Amino acid sequence: MTTIDLPVHAIAHARAGDKGDVSNISLIAYLDSGWDIINDLATEDAIQSIFKHLGSTRVDRYDLPNLKALNFVIQSALGGGVNSSLRLDRHGKTLSSHLLHELILPISKDMIPLNSPYLKKFIEEK
Amino acid sequence: MSKKVYIGCGAGFAGDRFDASIPIVKQLVNVNAPKYLIFEVLAERTLALAQQLRNKNSEEGYSPFLDSYINPILEDCLENNIKIVSNIGAANPMGAAKRILEIAEKQKIRKPKIGVVIGDDLLAYMSNSEILESPTMEGLDFSNNEITAANVYLGAQPIADALEKGADIVIVGRSVDSALVLGPLIYEYKWKPNELNLMASGTICGHLLECGAQVTGAYFADPGYKDVPDLANVGFPIAEVNEDGSFVITKPDGTGGLVNKATVTEQLLYETHNPSSYLVPDVTADMSALSLENDGVNRILVKGANGKEPPKQLKATICCDNGFMGEAEISYAGLNALARARLAGDVIDQRIQKIGLQGQMRIEIIGAGSVHYSIDETSSYNLPNDGDYRVRTSAIYPHREQAQQMVDEVISLYCCGPSAGGGGRAYVTPQTSTASILVDREIVDPNVQVKII
Repeated sequence: MTTIDLPVHAIAHARAGDKGDVSNISLIAYLDSGWDIINDLATEDAIQSIFKHLGSTRVDRYDLPNLKALNFVIQSALGGGVNSSLRLDRHGKTLSSHLLHELILPISKDMIPLNSPYLKKFIEEK
Repeated sequence: MSKKVYIGCGAGFAGDRFDASIPIVKQLVNVNAPKYLIFEVLAERTLALAQQLRNKNSEEGYSPFLDSYINPILEDCLENNIKIVSNIGAANPMGAAKRILEIAEKQKIRKPKIGVVIGDDLLAYMSNSEILESPTMEGLDFSNNEITAANVYLGAQPIADALEKGADIVIVGRSVDSALVLGPLIYEYKWKPNELNLMASGTICGHLLECGAQVTGAYFADPGYKDVPDLANVGFPIAEVNEDGSFVITKPDGTGGLVNKATVTEQLLYETHNPSSYLVPDVTADMSALSLENDGVNRILVKGANGKEPPKQLKATICCDNGFMGEAEISYAGLNALARARLAGDVIDQRIQKIGLQGQMRIEIIGAGSVHYSIDETSSYNLPNDGDYRVRTSAIYPHREQAQQMVDEVISLYCCGPSAGGGGRAYVTPQTSTASILVDREIVDPNVQVKII
């Protein structure tokens, strides 16, 4: 099937939480075919390279296949945590959108939910 | 008909909407089953601030929002057997209980029986050095700073005990948030501490409710991708819990928001690290075999929680003062705005060095990916040179005067900075540092009491 390199935002959603200087970000596929690709390609190394500039030292990935979900636990990502960070977003709540934007994957049409604006990309690219 | 316990959450953080509980109470009034309303209103910093208030006045130190949460719903709850469980006790649970009695009297409603859980305040029975010698999980070096608050996370049993003693309302200080839900379930269903799968079910239910509307469509909407109906009127959650530990997450009729597998999964993993090992005082909960099923519109049935032995020690948060943050901003917009913003950042950097303020300072440009990048980093956004950009500077200093000096430099850009800088703002705020430690149960347990007033 044709694939286009797209942000993982096309096929998954995410939420960020914080505990101390550790960010956890879930990545949840909308569809089973989306789960397959994030399961394969959303590795700890891939996530670490996305958050390295924020100071992350380590990423651990936990899998919940029943829920089509991955959970990334990212150490030292928050500039010291909500009480010490100098950043505008001290909790790192916006980091989920950073992940959805930066993780680029080869996406096929069947991974994208119906009515998603991303489906237009496949018509245009034809 | 199988028995169910209904638990609604009217607040998920300190300062959550004061009217969120009203649709929940309206719905629960018509329910003929055990029913509860919880308010979770404590963040880490909240306790440190509350402790300082109590140090100045022994009647104070409970949540400053207590009246706002309790006033709208106290009468309806007491008249309809809806029990209230909350950590609005903060640093003074007994003070909170007394205030609620005052409110009841003022509203001319019956005097509620209030259970107060005491014992989370480590400063009441541990010395500073005993606290500092505990194994530190994460956090900073406190040896040079006075501890302003030290609170251990209590579990669900004291809340269940308070209900057993006939409380209409249970007030706690620091407890693990999910205990506000597990406590009532232990009481209603007589679950035993060694029934670990049930302890895990109640804990996971509590974890889903503890952030209020985050499970019912809040902190979720992404227009065009994840649409949420009527977000402004998002309904806060209600759980309907069965005796076997399975439960439905839903929300009151006539409210906005939505409940589906996506909203529930996002909240399940929120502030979770290893989902097989979610640690609370009552159990180590395992989410890995959970299943979510549709149970009707805006109803998700959750099953399959497993539990293992609880952790041997209890987690506590300790706080100390950490100086003052100076934070200041100024905007540049229109043609060539990004270049002016970058120049402003450069001027600030040089000025702070020149006046000799030591310490880490951050400069970022709001509108140029500031939440993901600082001014020195190359962002992957395509940034037009024309636009609307806001330079933000922040630093933490030991003394208030230093933070004031820093923000003054930013504000001086009105006159001394690039062309057309405007909308300057400056803030100096006291800072609190926190660390987590582990404490032996043998130290804590003898000090936990339930008092009824």
